[in-house]
Amino acid sequence: MAEFKFPVDASQIMLFARAVGDDNPVYHDAEYAKGTEPGSVVAPPTFVQASSQYDPKFALRPVIGQPWFGSGKDATGLKPKEKKAGDGEKKDSGGSSARMLHAEQQYVYHKPICPGDDLTVTTKRGKSWEKEGRRGGTMSFSEVITEYRDQSGELVVTATSVGVTTGKAVSQD
Amino acid sequence: MALKASELKVGDTHQQQVAENLSRTQIVQYAGASGDYMPLHTDERYAKEVAGYPGVFAHGMLSMGATGVMLTDWVGDGRLTKYSARFTRQVWPGDDLIAKATVTEIHEEDGHQVVELDLVTVNQDDQPVIAGKATARIDA
Repeated sequence: MAEFKFPVDASQIMLFARAVGDDNPVYHDAEYAKGTEPGSVVAPPTFVQASSQYDPKFALRPVIGQPWFGSGKDATGLKPKEKKAGDGEKKDSGGSSARMLHAEQQYVYHKPICPGDDLTVTTKRGKSWEKEGRRGGTMSFSEVITEYRDQSGELVVTATSVGVTTGKAVSQD
Repeated sequence: MALKASELKVGDTHQQQVAENLSRTQIVQYAGASGDYMPLHTDERYAKEVAGYPGVFAHGMLSMGATGVMLTDWVGDGRLTKYSARFTRQVWPGDDLIAKATVTEIHEEDGHQVVELDLVTVNQDDQPVIAGKATARIDA
């Protein structure tokens, strides 16, 4: 089980709402929000995803001073470390991270999230299972359950994420 | 404006276009806002040459977030109690997305009226990209 803090501020909510294409003023206009049912700026339904910014172990964010697996001079994937001469090995295309896709996401909302909330995020592993798929070879599924609690210890959101690792790139048909 | 149980019935549908000609820039915006910088979504060279995809595609969570625009516009701010989505197909730059909700049940829970919704979000070719469910508190 991992735990970290997720302080919520108004600009973060505004940027997140913009990114999903939501121009509802309840996400950025404090004056307008006073007249709405929640009575304050609130976070849009999938906002807790932004907590990854604060997750010290989040793997999909470049770490300063460390190599990143996206492209720079080369397309990378970072794998073929020191390729030995005559080593005809196929390069591993970015390791399993390239094949890790998000299959499903569930949220249960207990309380609205507002600017100024100081959330504590705890994550734990849920179930895992395998399935033979037609489009992507053998698929391995695994669940991560994340609980978001506010400054008074009250549960605000429970999120369950299901990831899938596929044997090959998912075909488009 | 919240929905009213007295004005809703099982089978009612609602839809809203939530993306039009989705841009690579919006995908980059989502990467920045969510903190998910997976290069599959933002790095064309990586997506093609390393991962073997035709190009970058949107985060599933961007499609779920966009579908949420239809939901909260319809059920009202702060009314959702549950929201889930399965990602059934990739969303590519240039796609249009239409999010649709169908009322499957209206009942009482903890003294509130509650509506259960089936969700599907389709692209311009009417292919589902998201299949989901949501629950919201509604007025009597």
